[in-house]
Amino acid sequence: MYGIYGPRYHLQDQEISVSNKILASTAAVAVLGSLAFAAPAVARDQIQIAGSSTVLPYANIVAEQFGKTFNNFKTPIVESGGSSAGLKQFCQGLGEGTIDIANASRKIKEGEIAECAKNGVKEIVEVQFGYDGIVFAVDSKSDDWAIEPKDIYLALAAEVPKDGALVANPYKTWKEVNDKLPDWPIAAYIPGEKHGTREVFEEKVMHGGCKAVGADKLFAAKAEGDDAAKKKAGDKACVQVRKDGAAVDIDGDYTETLARITSNPKGVGVFGLSFFENNTDKLKVATISGIAPSVETISSGEYPVSRPLQFYVKKAHIGVIPGLKEFVEFFASDRMIGADGPLAEYGLVPSPDAERTKLQEDVKAAKSM
Amino acid sequence: MAVDTIPGSLPGPASGNARDKTNAAIQKSIRGRYAAERRFKMYGVAAILFGLAFLAVLFWSIISTGYTSFVQSSFKLDVFLDRSVIDPSGQKDPNALRSADYTLLARKALATALGADTANRRDMREVGQLLSRDVDVEIRNEVLANPSSIGKTIPVWVLASGRVDNLLKGQLDRDLPAAVRKVSDQQLAWIDKAEAAGVLQKRFNTGLFTNGASSNPETAGIGVALVGSLFMMMTVLLLAVPLGVAAAVYLEEFAPKNFWTDLIEVNINNLAAVPSIVFGLLGLAIFINFAGLPRSASIVGGLVLTLMTLPTIIIATRAAIGAVPPSIREAALGVGASKMQAISHHVVPLAMPGILTGTIIGLAKALGETAPLLMIGMVAFVVEYPTSPMSPSTALPVQIYMWATSAERGFVERTAGATLILLALLICMNLFAVILRRKYERRW
Repeated sequence: MYGIYGPRYHLQDQEISVSNKILASTAAVAVLGSLAFAAPAVARDQIQIAGSSTVLPYANIVAEQFGKTFNNFKTPIVESGGSSAGLKQFCQGLGEGTIDIANASRKIKEGEIAECAKNGVKEIVEVQFGYDGIVFAVDSKSDDWAIEPKDIYLALAAEVPKDGALVANPYKTWKEVNDKLPDWPIAAYIPGEKHGTREVFEEKVMHGGCKAVGADKLFAAKAEGDDAAKKKAGDKACVQVRKDGAAVDIDGDYTETLARITSNPKGVGVFGLSFFENNTDKLKVATISGIAPSVETISSGEYPVSRPLQFYVKKAHIGVIPGLKEFVEFFASDRMIGADGPLAEYGLVPSPDAERTKLQEDVKAAKSM
Repeated sequence: MAVDTIPGSLPGPASGNARDKTNAAIQKSIRGRYAAERRFKMYGVAAILFGLAFLAVLFWSIISTGYTSFVQSSFKLDVFLDRSVIDPSGQKDPNALRSADYTLLARKALATALGADTANRRDMREVGQLLSRDVDVEIRNEVLANPSSIGKTIPVWVLASGRVDNLLKGQLDRDLPAAVRKVSDQQLAWIDKAEAAGVLQKRFNTGLFTNGASSNPETAGIGVALVGSLFMMMTVLLLAVPLGVAAAVYLEEFAPKNFWTDLIEVNINNLAAVPSIVFGLLGLAIFINFAGLPRSASIVGGLVLTLMTLPTIIIATRAAIGAVPPSIREAALGVGASKMQAISHHVVPLAMPGILTGTIIGLAKALGETAPLLMIGMVAFVVEYPTSPMSPSTALPVQIYMWATSAERGFVERTAGATLILLALLICMNLFAVILRRKYERRW
């Protein structure tokens, strides 16, 4: 059987002069093709959103409700891709070919604001619509877990203090770290570097634990330079995670972390509160410093590991893209982000009343940063 | 001494003993060769069994999680279309009809069916949680389709919430404590009652095929993604086939063999192996940033996939044309046909099965791609159907990816269900390619 890659016969030696006809028509097709698609873009009547995969489900819910409620506007398009990718697209410039809103699970950075301004995106409206808790969870069949940032630091840091000196992390099981924890080999599934969640994990958990065991001072003492430089080096060394396989970076989504926990029931995973709320039958959440994460403990600030969720709107697009102003106001309304709204039902921690009222006023006035 | 009958044995004046020895060695070597051949065959069989085993595991895991997505739990409700709720003014104003509180009507109807107290706010909230969040849309559509039914009681099938569906399908363990289960004991009793009374049933899930993306698993479907994929495949077919065939015909039949054609050939073969995300980057730079085409539009996706499929089609077409024997061309030229006639009347028609096979395989590859679509904004949550290739849409594999990353339990079965649909499409396309080849292939 020859198949499509069968024996080949050539006419090379009998080649008659090359006809240019087919070449010409090939070129014509190519030119026609590119002409047909270089037609001027039609005016956009749909809001375009991109960014954080943590904010995505919230944005989806609001977009869907917006489309259902406002008969005269189309349902916005929400792209996934991550906070940094979203803000990068956001800062590409103004106009219909660029997105209107960037979702972010972290605050916009100075560098990004500068990049935006360079490309003409000078006025940005920030809408911080609520909080997300970050929880540590284990398989639902395990015993209750009560941990402290210090335990997590000792279990997962690259270097830990031992007898007043820094050594490469020697701990193999959670029990070695803290007597009260089970005798499980350390296996933690933490968000990868590209996730906004990683930053919160480093800042609130690793850094907190680092301070609690006094490792930050040891790191700072080891560094060179003046005090400020030493402190900076210390802070940086504090959040270094061990690379011997005990801490696994998960670059995918929480569903991947859940799959890891399912296949290794002695693993510990880092999740968003909303993900946990939707999978309470498979996961059991750990308390941190004795506080169980819940909407109440996070909004009161008792539970230490949370972060604000926000999106950024191009002010120049308001009034140009139909429905943009209405969408942003709809998003910020109590009907969506209030304590009884659909976002809270999904797992969003609502902002305090005063903060929400201020946000609604700012959004109405389209107050830029 | 008897004449040795073993083939390959050495005749010669050696002593009997020595000859026996030689023969034994030859016998042994022959046995060894047969054994080696058997082993060689077994390796091949083992490789195939290994592959088949993995395929079986894959199919088993997809089918066993996915088959439940083709049915969906629904409540059969007798909804009283209360005039004072829907149309208090009596004007039948379409805007008023659109924005009426149909959720309330559905809750009341369900509460009545379950024997719950409609005046008790807590009970009503718990009843409401059994219904899908999109229940208002279903009743609204009934009313808008038939406004004369206002004031009457109509029977409607409405979707149950994702949690109820999980319970009915056994994806959520009903013996868990209520706080973990997120379904109260009261709700569980209601669900059992409704199921026993036949009010709550699993029905065929048409929504899976017709709905767009949704944040509620029970109302999410692949309709928009299917249309987006269809638009993209059409674009690929319209652009990649003529371009690919023309390029291949020129390269195979006309191009002189020189440095430049060698360079082109090497580049085409390289392009076929370039990671597909690179085509997405190219698409973003050329079609969106330079040509000004809209983001997330299926035309851009189609153009990107065209670039990706072109090398496959060119290579397959060249192989097919190369396999047409020179005698065909010579005969045509011999009876006075021009070169163009020889090609368009004889060579290309004879190469057609190979060209079509290559095209279909290229299309099937393009149908399953997500990576190049990421950059051009098609990995997105799109609710509304695209009206043209210029409007925003998404694609089938993208929808699968988006569902795979969602937190709700209901999306797990949908991910597998949509994968089954995609696999079915791919199998159909590849089967079609095989049939075409079997039917029209000619051997010389």
